[in-house]
Parts: sequence; C-alpha cells; structure tokens
Amino acid sequence: MSAVSEAVTTSAMRTREATVRRFALTDTIFRSATRLSAILVLVLLGGVAISLFAGSWQALSKFGFSFLTTEAWNPVTENFGALAPIYGTLVTSAIAILIAVPIGIGIAVFLTELCPRPLRRPIGIAVELLAGIPSIIYGIWGLFVFAPFLQTTIQPFIIWVFKGIPGLNSLFAGPPYGIGLLTSSLILAIMVLPFITSITKDVFDTVPAVLKESAYGIGCTTWEVTRRVVIPYTRVGIMGGVMLGLGRALGETMAVTFVIGNAHRISASLFAPGTTISATIANEFTEADGELYTSSLVALGLILFIITFIILAIARYMLLRIDRRAGA
Amino acid sequence: MSTALSLHQSRKRKNGVMMALCVVAAGIGLAWLALILGALIYKGLSGVSLAVFTQMTPPPGDAGGLLNAIYGSIVMTIIGIVVGTPIGVLAGTYMAEYGRFSRLTTIVRFINDILLSAPSIIVGLFVYELLVRPMGHFSAIAGAVALSILVIPVVVRTTEDMLNLVPNALREAGTAIGAPRWVVIRSVAYRAAMSGIVTGILLAIARISGETAPLLFTALNNQFWSSNLNAPMASLPVTIFQFALSPYEEWQQLAWTGALIITLTVLGLSIIARSLTGRREDR
Repeated sequence: MSAVSEAVTTSAMRTREATVRRFALTDTIFRSATRLSAILVLVLLGGVAISLFAGSWQALSKFGFSFLTTEAWNPVTENFGALAPIYGTLVTSAIAILIAVPIGIGIAVFLTELCPRPLRRPIGIAVELLAGIPSIIYGIWGLFVFAPFLQTTIQPFIIWVFKGIPGLNSLFAGPPYGIGLLTSSLILAIMVLPFITSITKDVFDTVPAVLKESAYGIGCTTWEVTRRVVIPYTRVGIMGGVMLGLGRALGETMAVTFVIGNAHRISASLFAPGTTISATIANEFTEADGELYTSSLVALGLILFIITFIILAIARYMLLRIDRRAGA
Repeated sequence: MSTALSLHQSRKRKNGVMMALCVVAAGIGLAWLALILGALIYKGLSGVSLAVFTQMTPPPGDAGGLLNAIYGSIVMTIIGIVVGTPIGVLAGTYMAEYGRFSRLTTIVRFINDILLSAPSIIVGLFVYELLVRPMGHFSAIAGAVALSILVIPVVVRTTEDMLNLVPNALREAGTAIGAPRWVVIRSVAYRAAMSGIVTGILLAIARISGETAPLLFTALNNQFWSSNLNAPMASLPVTIFQFALSPYEEWQQLAWTGALIITLTVLGLSIIARSLTGRREDR
C-alpha cells in the first residue's frame, strides 16, 4: 500500500481534485495497456493466419485444389503436392491416439480409484513431468534407442507373424528399417499420453461423489462404476482431452522428424518411411531454393494450421462445456 | 442360486481383469518415463566434462563443447521472456480484473487456449514471414521473437487463473480506502497472486528452453561464437538436432550431453514451479 501513502503525502500541498484526476489518468493508461495486450493475443493469431496465407499464395494459385490431391513432391521440376505429408500426418496421429487413449484412461482410473492415497500425487506428478520433456528428447531417444530396438526385435517378429495373413501382410511389410510411420506413431503416443491422462484425471475428479457412492451402494464393482457412471458422465471432457492430444500429435515436429524417414510417398506398409507436414517443413525449409518451393512449404504450414485450429477449437469447446457443468 | 453366484463370479472376474489392466497402464506410463530418463542419463552423462561448458561446437570429427549453443539458448530465452512476459501479464490482468465479464475476455481466452497448443513450427513460419523475409537474413532477434510468441499464451493463462483466485474481499478493502483500480491491482492483486504468476513464467521458460521447431528457420544455427543479435545464433536444441542426425560419433555424443542438460533444466524448472504453488491445474 506504499503507493497510496506516497501519493497521499506528495499531494498534501496540491488540491485534492488534482490527485483524483491524476489517479484517473494513470488508471486509464494502465487499463488501456492491459486491454491492448489482450487484443494483441487476438492480433497474433490473426497475423499467423494472414502471413501463412500471403506466404502460400504463390503455390496455391499455381497448383490450386490439386495441391491437396497430388502425391508428387519434386523440387527439380518444381511440381509440389501435399498428399503424402497430409497422409503421414493423419495416419501417425490416428495410430498414436488409438494407442494413447486406452492407456491414458487406464492410468486415470488407476489414479482416481485404485492407487493408494500416498502414491497418488507422486505418480500423477511423474506422468505430468513426461509432458514437460521437450520433444527433441523424444526424438533423439527414438532415433538412437527405440528405432534400433524395433528394427532388431519387434518388427521382424511382427513381419513373421503376419506374413501369411492377406491384408495385414501388406500393412506390416518389410524390410524393417526401424524408422518409419509406425515408429513415429509410437513416439507420438508416448508424447500425448501425459496430456490425455492429466485431463482425463481432472474430469474424473468432477464426478460428484454421491453419484459414485450410490452406484457402489447398490453393489456395483469398481469397473462397473467406471464404465456406467464415471465415463458416461465425463464423456464430453474425455473427448475434449483426446482432441487436445490429437492437436498436439498433428503439429508435433521434432520427435517425428527424427524417426519418420522423410520420404515423400504413400506406402501401404506402416514400416515404410514416410513424412508428415511438420517434418517436411522442418527438414526442407532452410534448404528450399526458389520462391515456389518455399511457398509450397508455407502452404503445407497453412494446411496444418487449419487442421489443428479446427481440432483445438472443438477440444476447447468440449472442455468448456464440462467446466461449465462443474461450475454450475 | 448357482446362476446368481456365477454371475457374481463373472462380474468380479471382469472387474479384476479391467483393474489389472489399469494398473498395467500406469506401470507402462511410469516405465516409459524411467526408460527415457535412464537412457538419457546413461548416454549423456558419459560425455559431461568441463570442455562441454568451455569450448565451442567442434567441426566434424573433432572434440569440443557446446558453449556457443548454451550461450545462444540463454540469450534468446531471456529476450523471449523479457518481451513476452509483460504482454502476457497485462493481457491476463485485463481478463481477470478490468474485463472479467466482457465479451472480449471470452474471445481472448478461447484464442489464447488455441495458441497455447498450436504447433510451434507454425510460429516459426509466421516469424519467418514477419521478420526474416523482410530483413533478408536469419537472426537471433527473429528467434527470440518466435520464443516470446510461445511465452505469451502460457503467461496469459496462468496470470488470469491466479488473479481469479484472489478473493474479491481483498480488492474491495483496497477500493474502500480510496485506492484507484490500478493501485489495487498492483499492490493487492499482484502481491497476492505473485507466486502463481512466477510459476507461470517458470513454466514458460521450461517450455521455450527446449523448443527447436520455431528456431530452425528464424535463428538458424551458428558453428561459431556470436553475440550479434542481428546474425544467426546457435541454440542448444537446434545444435542437438543437427548433431544427432550427423554420422560423426563426437557430434552424436555432444547431442546426448546437450539433451541431458536441457532435460535437467526443464525438469528442474517444472519441479520448482510446482513446489511454488503446490497443486496446480495444468492443461
């Protein structure tokens, strides 16, 4: 409160009116500064959208809609299409979510229902610390530890198992490089797991105790309470968490760049190297010569921006709904 | 009687199986964390020496250190924080104090949450179009601006959350003795929410100190010592990226050591941030 007493003593010889006016002025200045900063956040997002549009205009006007449907990516003949990176982005993210969601929900159930109370906080924190590890660490680990492990043990085994099964044998066709779509998916799954877990755990905590207790009271098992009461009650929130995880997976750059293999083609096999939007930009942007090449890469960025914006907006909307219900 | 009993048995069995699966899931999550940290410490620690902190990044096949990369990371992180924090704190202040019930706040909160999890490589492209292309060359300033754009949403979010936790009675008491709004905010609300706001800043530092994607085509990289903000500057994450993908053993070892340094920094910062506020909701 020093500012007040200071202001009061210095204003002793001035008129009271002048002090009030000064207060009003500084308050207006401070208020405008905060308001401007808030508006700046909006301007940032608008600026991102506009600059990506402007940067990709050349490529979009040259290739038009076929940019989205062409697999070719040839810097020499300057023929660019986004299909392979879009395919890689969607496939790796989808597989990552399929793996991470059941495990994430499992951990959340474990933390809210099963875990002994003294262990709850440490384990919760440990899982959340996974979220703080920078993605480049996952990348370097994936490249030097995880990929060789997959290459020498898991992948040959899977290829051997599915060799005789039609359909699946082309999905898991060799040779086992170690790096590729599946490896990227697994790394992404590890990366989004903490986000999904911590949000699921948070929304599980919003379930009113009386609902769970009444279910237990009529003799439900823990699993039945989870399956029939907790999950239906928190469905919107879980979906929000999954979408948020999906947003992360779609835009994740460094971890994927290390292990995807950076090949601009679409292959049926999950063991084949591929590419994603973000990996393509990270790998090629600084080496891109020619306006059209750069512009095509920015156009890829624009596509990624639009996809993630939609996914994240849906996620936020869903989480907002469950927040409102918890608040009501 | 026997069907009722068998139904009971099967429900119990199902419960047992599902709960066991949940325990397994938790085990997998923790084991993975342990595996990554274990590999990192095992591979990184063997390369830690004084030279890492005192020598420049070496040419291929030579021994050397990471000094210029560490310096670059620190410089750009500091500028990023210094630029981003005031904007973030002021925006959060507007949302929690002046405009708590205004429509602008609802929109800004929504957009800010999207910025919070937007792909960081998009921010890199944005700063490339905004600064690098007009200036005609890569620079440390561009890298720092990209980092500050990542700082803003984190700080906005925590500042707003923490100011909302300050009891209104405190503000009313300030207003009742005749203090204008901004004095109340500065001397009452900020003071009460200080540890929370600092937590947000620490989390922001933790976030940007490991960011690679936004630096790739803003600050680029630099093999040599450079303190010129108008020129390309090395950073730890970009150097790790370059060295890890190289075929040279010395470079790969430096990459591991650098990765260990970053991870320990980030984990340390998150643990300090967490202990400052106790339980914190983090989305």
